[in-house]
Amino acid sequence: MRISIASGKGGTGKTTIATNLALSIGSNVQLLDCDVEEPNAHLFINPVFEETGTIFTPVPEIKEKKCTYCGKCAEICQFKAIAVLEKTVLVFNELCHSCGGCMEVCPEGAITETERELGVIQKGHRNGIEFIHGKLRLGEAMSPPLIKKVRDHEIPGKVTIIDAPPGTSCPVIASMKDTDFVLLVTEPTPFGLHDLKLAVGAVDMLDIPRGLVINRSDLGDDQVKEYARALNLPILMEIPFDRQIAEAYSRGDMIVDVMPKWKTKFLELYEKIKAQLN
Amino acid sequence: MKELIVISGKGGTGKTSLMAAFSSLAENKVLCDADVDAADLHLITNPKVMRRSDFQSGNTAAINNDLCTECGLCRELCRWDAISAAYEVNSIDCEGCGVCVYFCPEKVINFPINTCGEWFISDTRFGPMVHARLGIAEENSGKLVTLVRQESKKLAEERNLDLILTDGPPGIGCPVIASIGGASAVLIVTEPTVSGKHDMERVAQLAMHFKVPAMLCVNKFDLNLDVTRDIEIFAKEKGLTCLGRIPFDPVFTKAMVQAQTIFEYSNGSKAGHAIKGIWNNLSYELGL
Repeated sequence: MRISIASGKGGTGKTTIATNLALSIGSNVQLLDCDVEEPNAHLFINPVFEETGTIFTPVPEIKEKKCTYCGKCAEICQFKAIAVLEKTVLVFNELCHSCGGCMEVCPEGAITETERELGVIQKGHRNGIEFIHGKLRLGEAMSPPLIKKVRDHEIPGKVTIIDAPPGTSCPVIASMKDTDFVLLVTEPTPFGLHDLKLAVGAVDMLDIPRGLVINRSDLGDDQVKEYARALNLPILMEIPFDRQIAEAYSRGDMIVDVMPKWKTKFLELYEKIKAQLN
Repeated sequence: MKELIVISGKGGTGKTSLMAAFSSLAENKVLCDADVDAADLHLITNPKVMRRSDFQSGNTAAINNDLCTECGLCRELCRWDAISAAYEVNSIDCEGCGVCVYFCPEKVINFPINTCGEWFISDTRFGPMVHARLGIAEENSGKLVTLVRQESKKLAEERNLDLILTDGPPGIGCPVIASIGGASAVLIVTEPTVSGKHDMERVAQLAMHFKVPAMLCVNKFDLNLDVTRDIEIFAKEKGLTCLGRIPFDPVFTKAMVQAQTIFEYSNGSKAGHAIKGIWNNLSYELGL
């Protein structure tokens, strides 16, 4: 089973839910941190890292000796990653989406593929949890290619929990697509509600069943609950604001370690998700 | 004219709430919401849209199945597996590279441009505002961010305004890179948590990489004084200017629920007092 955890608004508690849910389930579980721009889950899970690999994406390399400056490569490129001037070709690797079109179209066979670094992927474990995250190279613009590489580590038959980035655009889609359930995490405030509506729109576009967790549930108003009711979005857990939880979070402590009663609640959440899927 | 971008690394540290508060304090400015994927500033500023434009960027392949001979070349070339066995393009998976379009021997693949959002020039009770809405599940390529920044600059020049105050996106990817390049300065709003500090360090390094001067403030600082101090030590070591600390204060949420800035909601809040101090320091640093 693959459960992705998304939100729309940043800072609602996705990583808190993802890490504590994984730890509560405890065995046969994978936690994939797909917020590759700012991965945080490792700060709480503290996995023993066993593997680190650098991940690359193909970009063109032009052999100027063979190049006739015909310009077909620049013409096919939708991303302005190649410019052909009179007797010069310029390649802007950072703009390349790795489609391979320039290599295909070159009549002289002057283009081969070299690499641009996307970032790193690290694999490790803590007890029964297999942990994988990606860390985007600083200056790398695109996160979806690295997110896809993190998700390549999914193992069918395990419970895979995916911590998604905030927002509703391509990085979030890459994290949520082809999962069995999206758990949306929100706060009951106008910003939380506004962004939740966008997130629900994205999930519904992917046609995946979804449920809601309301975090800091007593700080705000009732509009999120009303919205959830109207949209048949089941509220699967509510976490009231708790200074103790906030302080534990600030230290990098897991809620279920510091306040063991929460393990029962996260297991209940897991049962509710399974019930939604049956 | 100065352009300040408020960023954070981590989401939820209080960028937009602080932007709203600054809107009450700053004069002669243009507000810019560059957090185009899930923009929220308008929920406080209540903009009256004066001009609306479509945002078009990128293309998506569409196969004319009536004429397609199912030769399979497009499926072979597509690096995103976006074309099904029934020769239908999945528009979410399609990267818009155009390779299938170019090589289709029958030339039956259309490649229309995407309308993926809209942008606005509006009036608010705080002055003019440039903002945008990126469509759900659209590519967040930074082009829309670049556009709202350019329009903000134009507006500031036209109306002789000193400051562009910009709400930036979370993260360190394309949208953030597009929002900070060439800015006068960035203000990193962070929180005293291990996550906040971790993410702040990454976005600070990004700002340094792009040679944009960076300032910093710690929101909800009293949640963890140790991490607050660690953050401020990091800032000093790296040459980031510390502007101050804001205490955790429920006034932020209460004001947001009323669609007000914290200064409109209440006169004497602790957070408000701290923010005024930060604003004074910020004005001094920017030379306003």
